Amino acid sequence: MKILVCITHVPDTTSKISFTEGDTKFDSTGVQYIIGPYDDYAIARAVELKESNGAAITVLNVGGVETEPTIRKALAIGADEAIRVNAAPADSLFVAQQIAHVAKDGSYDLILMGRESIDYNGGQVHAMVGEILGIPSISPVMKLEIEGSKAIMSREIEGGKEFLEAELPFVAGCQEPIAEWKIPNMRGIMTARTKPLNVVEPVSEDAAVTYGTYEMPAPKSGVKMASSVDELVDLLKNDAKVL
Amino acid sequence: MEKTALKGGEFLIRDVEAKDIFIPEEWNEEQKMIAQTCEDFIATEVHPKLDEIDSQKNPDIIPNLLDKAGELGLLGTSVPEALGGFGMPFNTTMLVSEVTGKGFSFAVALSAHTGIGTLPILYYGNEEQKQKYVTKLATGEWKAAYCLTEPDSGSDANSGKTKAVLSEDGTHYLLTGQKMWITNGGFADIFIVFAKIEDDKNLTAFIIEKEFGGITMNDEEKKLGIKGSSTRQIFFNDCKVPVENMLSERENGFKIAVNILNIGRIKLGAAAIGGSKAALTEGIKYGNERKQFGKSLTEFGAIKNKIAEMAVRIYASEGAHYRAGQNIDDAYDAFIAEGMEAGKARLKALEEFAIECAMLKVHGSEVLDFTVDEALQIGGGMGYSADGPFERPYRDARINRIFEGTNEINRMLTIDMMLKRAMKGTLDLMGPAQKVAGELMSIPDFSAATDDSLFGKEKKYLSNLKKAGLMVAGGAVQKLMANLSDEQEVLMNLADMMIEGYVAESVILRVEKLVGMKGEDACKIQIDMAKIFLHNAMENIGRAGREALYAFAEGDEMRMMLMGLKRFTKEEPFNVKEARRRVADYVIAKNEYAF
Repeated sequence: MKILVCITHVPDTTSKISFTEGDTKFDSTGVQYIIGPYDDYAIARAVELKESNGAAITVLNVGGVETEPTIRKALAIGADEAIRVNAAPADSLFVAQQIAHVAKDGSYDLILMGRESIDYNGGQVHAMVGEILGIPSISPVMKLEIEGSKAIMSREIEGGKEFLEAELPFVAGCQEPIAEWKIPNMRGIMTARTKPLNVVEPVSEDAAVTYGTYEMPAPKSGVKMASSVDELVDLLKNDAKVL
Repeated sequence: MEKTALKGGEFLIRDVEAKDIFIPEEWNEEQKMIAQTCEDFIATEVHPKLDEIDSQKNPDIIPNLLDKAGELGLLGTSVPEALGGFGMPFNTTMLVSEVTGKGFSFAVALSAHTGIGTLPILYYGNEEQKQKYVTKLATGEWKAAYCLTEPDSGSDANSGKTKAVLSEDGTHYLLTGQKMWITNGGFADIFIVFAKIEDDKNLTAFIIEKEFGGITMNDEEKKLGIKGSSTRQIFFNDCKVPVENMLSERENGFKIAVNILNIGRIKLGAAAIGGSKAALTEGIKYGNERKQFGKSLTEFGAIKNKIAEMAVRIYASEGAHYRAGQNIDDAYDAFIAEGMEAGKARLKALEEFAIECAMLKVHGSEVLDFTVDEALQIGGGMGYSADGPFERPYRDARINRIFEGTNEINRMLTIDMMLKRAMKGTLDLMGPAQKVAGELMSIPDFSAATDDSLFGKEKKYLSNLKKAGLMVAGGAVQKLMANLSDEQEVLMNLADMMIEGYVAESVILRVEKLVGMKGEDACKIQIDMAKIFLHNAMENIGRAGREALYAFAEGDEMRMMLMGLKRFTKEEPFNVKEARRRVADYVIAKNEYAF
């Protein structure tokens, strides 16, 4: 089985977010980057499938050279080889087109990625990739087993659980608890540098979206302590205007 | 580019260029990934279980965590690949110690297993012993403990009473004695035990398997801190040890004990730095959240002062640790190039820098104690509460000034090793000391005032601090001669002068190199930190020097040396308050120790 895992290179969840150039650009100064947390689960499930069913895992990222440490971490976790599409991830469609282009040549049985990135949180790339390739795409997937040429999945939905099946190949947007999150071990880290990391140029596609400006959420207002029930009712009525 | 290779202890008599030291800002991608794995392991597996670990209700919890650490490869970082490990450079293994040093009781179990538990066999064992034991210790299949201390033999380790008697048929030793404060004692499969064979003067080391029998132990010790770490008193009663389980040669045990402790020392310092960074971050976070008089605590100058002082000391000590770590790696490479066997080369390299190891054990553990204390102070009432984030670090930190040789023993060792090398002629202290004595008679050098390049002035200060150290140490040796070892107070003063000087030089060189990499504008805070540390060091060295001089010198000689000391610790006015504010404001805005 050949698995393609697509990963994003995103700011650490504890990063302080700020913008530059008149609030039109994300300020990456001093920001630590990580593998997107949902993508981390996708890699972890791929590695589990490799251990149980046998598989070759290719990890793919659309990004500049600065994403290579993130890609090598995925190799350290257990991917066998990596491809970096040498372009900034302009928008969801652009990224999906690049992934689809690589996937077409690679004849993968399974394309896994996170249900969404945690920078722009579009949550669209898996659907677009499925559409471009003409194969099913399912997201979020919280449990994934492979039996022969069939995938058996489940996920939580409003008020219950949904069980699904799909024929391979298909695209899955992954979410916990699909796999146990993996910390790269020393052996993985030390072998990561010997695994191939191929850089390919993007297929020229234009971004469909242009980003305008960004705005930070309003700072949280202070807490007011009410000293009596009457005062609380008054505050709720006249200050917060919720009663 | 050729590096100037400094020998151990030579920092006092020779200058080093910034390009010749390693700085933590140079960690490569792989080393950063290794550190991140340690960070993730401690955060996800250890920190959620801290209360359970410290309660000691589940005796399997630490062994299970060691198993998990073993699966990640964290137990085999120092072990060569041929024995199932990863053969990482010494500095990388120190980085692992630093990050896992945030693991409280678990960190103690981990470092005892990988350090004093595994390394005696790795460095002194024969091939069969290494294959039999190290391979299993590197994966965590077996856990190890180190049994040196006895009820009547602590810092004076060679006075131990545990006896080993050869059996009549000559196939094994019968070992009898009592060992105390044995970390990992409760669950270890392997014990490195030091005992005297018959009436020997010196210790011999043995590898003892729990299964050999004749081993009993007391309940877990109740301790001030690291409550989750297994600490037992162990009794050996005619424990039957096969003769092939003697480690190295008869009577070589004391040397093994000392050399293994050298490694443990600098790694303990690194682990303390890891703990310090975590404690400071807790202090900053709490100070940012807690409001009094309508302001965050971190807006008050008194709190900023504390935060900056902690950050400065951590940053300086960290740099000194990895500077020495790289020296050890470079010395190792040089010995290997000469054709020396790997284990022997590693030991020789560590022995070469044993002075630095002892100094950094002291410095790292004292930075940690300072930091947990000041961070707790920022916490106020919450700092004192067992429900807050400050109480455990405060209690757990304290042991670091005691184990792996108390800080007093390590201070004495620092001076003792320097003087021994001077006597042997491997470290030329007397020449430079006499030169300084000559300088006392000459007209003071005012050239510093004109050097306004980056750290131009500070380099002059550093050179003066070395002179201060040489002058006071040289004077003490001349005056006290053989009695110096009885004047422990003076030895403490001298050690403080050496330690402060070494760390001050390290932080100046670190920032100088960093400025070369990133430019001055990007390193303003680091420049402030280096200057603040140097300012503190000059004050501390001046005080320690004066106390020493008052103790052993007299008359004109004392007056002349006091004047010299004043000259060598003279500093132009430096607004350290404002510099501390800038450092504090930086980390306060980052909401963490951010270097």
